[in-house]
Amino acid sequence: MSADLTTINDLYEKINSDPHELDDPNVAHLVIDHNKVLGQHQVPGLHMDVDELEDGIKAVMRLDDNTVLEKQVHLCFGMYPEKGVQRIIMDVTIGKNAKISLLSHCVFPYAIDVQHIMHGQIRVGEGSEYSYFERHVHSPKGGVKVYPNAKVEIGKRATFRTEFELLRGRVGLIEIDYEATCQAESILEMNTRISGRADDVIKVREIGHLVGEHSKGVLTSKIAVRENARAEVYNELTATAAYARGHVDCSEIVQDNGIVSAIPIVRVEHPKAHITHEAAIGSVDNKQLETLMSRGLSEDDAVELIISGLLSRKKK
Amino acid sequence: MMGVLEVKGLSLTLDGNPILNKLDIDFWDGHVHAVVGPNGAGKSTLAATIMGLSGYRDFEGDIIFKGESIKDLDINERAKRRITLAWQEPARFEGLTIRDFIRSSARDKSVDNLKRTLDEVGLDSDEYLMRAVDKTLSGGERKKVELASILAMEPEVALLDEPDSGIDIESIERIFQAVKVLKDKGTTVIMITHSLAVLNQAEHAFLMCNGTIVDKGVVSKIRSYFEDKCIPCPHKNVPRMAKTGGRV
Repeated sequence: MSADLTTINDLYEKINSDPHELDDPNVAHLVIDHNKVLGQHQVPGLHMDVDELEDGIKAVMRLDDNTVLEKQVHLCFGMYPEKGVQRIIMDVTIGKNAKISLLSHCVFPYAIDVQHIMHGQIRVGEGSEYSYFERHVHSPKGGVKVYPNAKVEIGKRATFRTEFELLRGRVGLIEIDYEATCQAESILEMNTRISGRADDVIKVREIGHLVGEHSKGVLTSKIAVRENARAEVYNELTATAAYARGHVDCSEIVQDNGIVSAIPIVRVEHPKAHITHEAAIGSVDNKQLETLMSRGLSEDDAVELIISGLLSRKKK
Repeated sequence: MMGVLEVKGLSLTLDGNPILNKLDIDFWDGHVHAVVGPNGAGKSTLAATIMGLSGYRDFEGDIIFKGESIKDLDINERAKRRITLAWQEPARFEGLTIRDFIRSSARDKSVDNLKRTLDEVGLDSDEYLMRAVDKTLSGGERKKVELASILAMEPEVALLDEPDSGIDIESIERIFQAVKVLKDKGTTVIMITHSLAVLNQAEHAFLMCNGTIVDKGVVSKIRSYFEDKCIPCPHKNVPRMAKTGGRV
């Protein structure tokens, strides 16, 4: 077995996935360890040009017009060394009336002092659908600093869905910064689920601009902080066109000495637009806790179960 | 009859108001009991105190389970002795699946058993198992999920607070069937209610008024008094016995 193959297998083991999924010729994939391309496969209609940089990679991805990928594209960005910087530059263009779903894993299992920086530029063409699910698996030591940021342009009648999950391992420091602009009849969904503990720091900044008529946007943040972890969540949704509809939803659970601040900004600049907001921040609900304890769970186990539910993926 | 759970001289004051007043009650092992009384009689407070919920721990008297005082035990320690409570209005859990909710209490955690308990309360397990215990469920559905988790726990004592509230007429029989399942497995069932339909399911009943037990006996006797005197009673929990010192 080659060293690259061994690394791929190890990475997939860390995320409880089967590397043989990549053997399917209909599954496009890109596997990166630090700045090295370990594996890459393209399918008809999808083009990925990848350059190795000194501290990462630059990937240019194009999906042709009218191309519908039935199978999810697999991306894996890992970094095995304990220290270092990994910079990922992604330039994504989805043509018209196309459809793609990407499953991305970012794995830093042994990090002591690792920075993972991701710059994304994403354009979703008219009538297209783009779904991106990013799951992070970090070391239990918390030595990771993650800076994912993206600018997104969503064309007419297009859909952009992104979901960020960081539940395994310590967060370390994370600063998410996403901003999307939505044209007429487009749909934006941003969903973030992060669990922090110890001295983790979580910063989320998600912004949506509903500039097209009948555009829709939902920003959802679900964060749990325990021990001495801190979280700052900034969600901004603006509507400047008729019949634009939006919703901002923040749910944050605070335990121990954790601190959460949530700043929702909803801004409407058109009399026929409408945006709503709801937030729930605080400790675990006492009735939930006592219900589970009355079934025999310890207080700690009950809190874990409640938080795992809150942070679980929403069933589609 | 053997008493499995005894409450002795229980007095509890909440926000300066006496809610339970030197209450004595004795529940027989494996029987289905009803504690019936008007709104505000203190029935739900009694259940919360037996379970040891926060806010109901500072009382006079004692609670004895199988000869052992449990008054100083935390909720989960009481639950480990297989005492549990179904809330009148069950909690919602965002994102938590019905499967995981029931499994957390189940003695037999197999999927087959979890499905069986859902079917026993009249919920199609194929449809409901992976749904969340959240606001997408109606109040009645949440009551059934709560009862399913009690069934899965196989408790020795199950306190059911207003088991029929929020349940549609067609589903009430399912709830009563579930009570029978509990009894058949040897559970001592204590139903807190002001519903005659629920009272009729019991084998033995207690009449509660103004924080104390004022009568007990066979269901027909208690139902007759409750129906004729308590339901139309205008005194709003200032019973005559409080004035006369006698029985109502």
